[in-house]
Amino acid sequence: MSSTTNTRMAFDQALERFEPVLGLETHVELGTASKMFCSCATEFGQDPNTQVCPVCLGLPGSLPVVNAVAVESTIRMGLALHCDIASWCRFARKNYFYPDMPKDYQVSQYDEPLCTNGYLDVTVATDDGPREFRVEIERVHMEEDTGKLTHAGGDTGRIHGADYSLVDYNRAGIPLIEIVTKPIVGTGALAPLVARAYVTELRDLMRSLGVSDVRMDQGSLRCDVNVSLAPAGEPWGTRSETKNVNSLRSVERAVRSEIERQAAVLADGGRVIQETRHFHEDTGETTPGRSKEHAEDYRYFPEPDLVPVAPSAEWVEELRGTLPEVPSVRRARLQEQWGISDLEMQTLVNAEALDLVEETIAAGVDQAAARKWWTGEFTRMANEQGVALADLGITSSHISRVESLIADGSLTDKLARQVFEGVVAGEGDVDAVIAGRGLVVVGDDSTLLAAIETALAEQPDVAEKIRGGKVQAAGAIVGAVMKATKGQADAAKVRALLLAHLGVEG
Amino acid sequence: MAPVMDGDLVRQDAATLASAMQAGEVSSAEITQACLDRIDAVDGEVHAFLYVDKDAALASARVVDEQRASCAQLGPLAGVPLALKDVLTMRGVPTTCGSRILEGWRPPYDSTVVERLREAGVVILGKTNMDEFAMGSSTEHSAYGPTRNPWDLERIPGGSGGGSAAALAAFEAPLAIGTDTGGSIRQPAAVTGTVGVKPTYGGVSRYGLVALASSLDQAGPCARTVMDAALLHQAIAGHDPRDSTSINAPVPDVVAAARNADIRGMKIGLVRELGGEGYQDGVRQRFDEAVTVLTDLGAEVVEVSCPNFEYALAAYYLILPSEASSNLARFDGMRYGLRVGDDDQASVEEVMSQTREAGFGAEVKRRIMLGTYALSSGYYDAYYGQAQKVRTLISRDFAAAFDQADVLISPTAPTTAFRIGEKVDDPLAMYLNDIATIPVNLAGNCAMSVPIGLAPEDGLPVGLQIMAPALADDRLYRAGSALEQALVDKWGHELIEEVPAL
Amino acid sequence: MAQISREEVQHLAHLARLELTDEETAHYAEQLSAIVDAVARVSDVAAQDIPPTSHPIPVTNVFREDVAKPGLPRDEVAAAAPSWEDDRFKVPRILGED
Repeated sequence: MSSTTNTRMAFDQALERFEPVLGLETHVELGTASKMFCSCATEFGQDPNTQVCPVCLGLPGSLPVVNAVAVESTIRMGLALHCDIASWCRFARKNYFYPDMPKDYQVSQYDEPLCTNGYLDVTVATDDGPREFRVEIERVHMEEDTGKLTHAGGDTGRIHGADYSLVDYNRAGIPLIEIVTKPIVGTGALAPLVARAYVTELRDLMRSLGVSDVRMDQGSLRCDVNVSLAPAGEPWGTRSETKNVNSLRSVERAVRSEIERQAAVLADGGRVIQETRHFHEDTGETTPGRSKEHAEDYRYFPEPDLVPVAPSAEWVEELRGTLPEVPSVRRARLQEQWGISDLEMQTLVNAEALDLVEETIAAGVDQAAARKWWTGEFTRMANEQGVALADLGITSSHISRVESLIADGSLTDKLARQVFEGVVAGEGDVDAVIAGRGLVVVGDDSTLLAAIETALAEQPDVAEKIRGGKVQAAGAIVGAVMKATKGQADAAKVRALLLAHLGVEG
Repeated sequence: MAPVMDGDLVRQDAATLASAMQAGEVSSAEITQACLDRIDAVDGEVHAFLYVDKDAALASARVVDEQRASCAQLGPLAGVPLALKDVLTMRGVPTTCGSRILEGWRPPYDSTVVERLREAGVVILGKTNMDEFAMGSSTEHSAYGPTRNPWDLERIPGGSGGGSAAALAAFEAPLAIGTDTGGSIRQPAAVTGTVGVKPTYGGVSRYGLVALASSLDQAGPCARTVMDAALLHQAIAGHDPRDSTSINAPVPDVVAAARNADIRGMKIGLVRELGGEGYQDGVRQRFDEAVTVLTDLGAEVVEVSCPNFEYALAAYYLILPSEASSNLARFDGMRYGLRVGDDDQASVEEVMSQTREAGFGAEVKRRIMLGTYALSSGYYDAYYGQAQKVRTLISRDFAAAFDQADVLISPTAPTTAFRIGEKVDDPLAMYLNDIATIPVNLAGNCAMSVPIGLAPEDGLPVGLQIMAPALADDRLYRAGSALEQALVDKWGHELIEEVPAL
Repeated sequence: MAQISREEVQHLAHLARLELTDEETAHYAEQLSAIVDAVARVSDVAAQDIPPTSHPIPVTNVFREDVAKPGLPRDEVAAAAPSWEDDRFKVPRILGED
């Protein structure tokens, strides 16, 4: 729990008096097969300390060797962010003791980052329509991740009050890319939204480049959010740095919360302390961590175990040739191609379904059907199971098969949902689920007629009403037939048969 | 045909032992047993070894003997025993680096040097004593007690690789591996009357060499003859993809160079700044005589000046501690080695601090603090930054000198072996031992120490240092071998024969 | 004359995680001052326009292919650990962070 409760000023009021300045430092794990400096695998969720070797355990005598794909990914990211690519740069050691860091220094880049001076355009929806902001990028550099600490004993499972900690070094040495913005000014009340839009855009960019799948649920994107306030027209104030903000929503909330907190401090005549703070998902507040006034002295120096990275112009140009379409451009193109509205596109993006829908359409499924499945039924199933949409286990070929069965009358919408439930439950592919669950449309007229007659016999009053012309009463009989056939009949067909059987016009 | 060998097995050099094995006169198991017996007999006094694995050594000797019996293709050093400095990892074998903090640690992997030695069929007898984490010039800074110089047991065998050098001089092993960060192969060679080579930086893989100062460290061969050193150099050198700083180029043919031993027309530069004041009289005398020998052999000796060498020691004692302070951070008691003070109450910071306080010796702590100071904000530019510029100046001095000469020479160390205890808490006096050897480490080129006689005033060995440009390691062997042969001819025997009986 | 005070030695010792005794602190203050005096002369020669050397042999772009290989067996990893629990390294409690 938060150790202190912050006094906060209402957001609108805070923005009347102060201008926020933002800075974002985003760490993303690259999606390489092996670690930054050794050949250990990078798979998430493996048994503790099973993806470690002398290098990433920092054993005496071991030496690092740079992963070529990590360098390529960083350069490609830098190019996508319109950065300059250094023609010569070195790694540096950042020295500090911490048990999650096997060598008690982190190999990073200090004053010689691989990429510098870029930008990323982001769009924020406002009441007056979309507004574009250009977020300037200070630098993009490479470094290695630390191990994972689990705090044991005590009763909170948190570091504070724990009796001891346990360390798993599987994550230690996984390549990280750090993207640092220049101060973002002029956002005013849109600051939280700009921060969120920036991180979203960054995430989409990395995915489209294929340099990372950016699994925020697995902590593979972590954001440090810097916020300071300046009274309108005055120089920037002291900033706080909120560490390890791990979701898009939290980025937005953390910015908002810091603006409200700092405004209250300043309005009260106080002084904002330069410090690191921690964001709490539960309360939406930040609490103080280490004060930067007793800052560690990291004693950076060039890493002598690694040689400089000097990308040739030819190499950089070759990598530039591999850059895909920018996400915002792609969205505009698809929106036009599919003929859908801004709102419909936004729904797809929010559901993180754009790639999946595009793939499904490419597999021959009608665009409306593809969107309907992914943003409707599948999103519900994913939420229910607490997994990402892409991890549900449904592929475009599943959808394509189901749609063709619907088209030829072999499946109803309702049955189709059951088929997908079966696919998600791991019962096999579409046809296997249909066979396994016996999901066939009860289609032959005699079977249906027999069921209709049974239903009519059980509800003679309803039968009378229908004969008397109250066609809407047919629903009760159709319902009974559907129940009798366990939902495997086509309701429209049952209704038509019923009316014809009773000689009533539909 | 006359037998290859004559006399005591343990006094033979590696090349002779190898020939005798090839001729079927002796087996590796017999040679290994002889070395183990010698270690049993004398190491109580010398204390060159920290760990000897008799069974493993004999087992690997027998494997070589079996391979030879089945006519397998074997390397030139197959079956020859070797003493390994305890700073190189060897799978399952204790590796302490002369420190308490690593007591009991058994690495789960082989260093590349060990891997290559195994491939060459070299029999590893055990691990040799050293100054803790290679910090020192006397082997007195070992947590496991000093090694003694076989020439005079009251004196130091040099350092940090005193154990490896003493093992050679005490006839416990014909070959040894050392590591050289500022002279730790060459200075012990000089004060024990043996041969030691620091190869070009990147010539021998550092993978599995527990780092002191990554940009200076280099493993290399120690032997009793130049030819033996060449054979060992050939076995361990060459590109290793696991060491990013390893040079991806063919190893110079050092064995052919040692065999060639012809220095007629070779230009030898005498470095003006490495001699004169501060050098013991007997050292200067033997050095001057060696220069005459070189001239007599047909070399052209010229004087060269390297004015910035004067600053080498200062730069070295900034760069080394800086890198060391970072390299030694990992010894924190969390993952391996010693842990002190973990009483379930103390914090991780307290346990780390207590572990390091208890696990490191005085010299290591001194250098860690010096390095921490030199890298800390506010001092970096004045110290570490400036030292790196001096490094550039030293390289330029070497480049200019190698324009005038093929190799450079100097005394290896300013004095002969000093008495144990004499300088142990006088760091500045201790650091002066490395004054002539340090410039080569800063510039990354290569150097050798060859014995050139005994100082008249104390009867202790004196070494001559030969320096060559990066990647021209073969020149060391050509010049070293020529000088060695001329001196052996002059004396009628190898200098090492004069070691007093233990 | 560089003067490294006991306080400064203590600060360095803290950065380097060394729990020095008072006696050591006093001794190192004296020795480090003398050593720093001796090495400070690097400033005498190194002018602005001299490029610093961090790596003695100029090599660039040494990379490894991105191929995953098996690491160490976990029992070997555990064997070296001073303390081990639940397949992880057990370390004392961490203070100074919320």
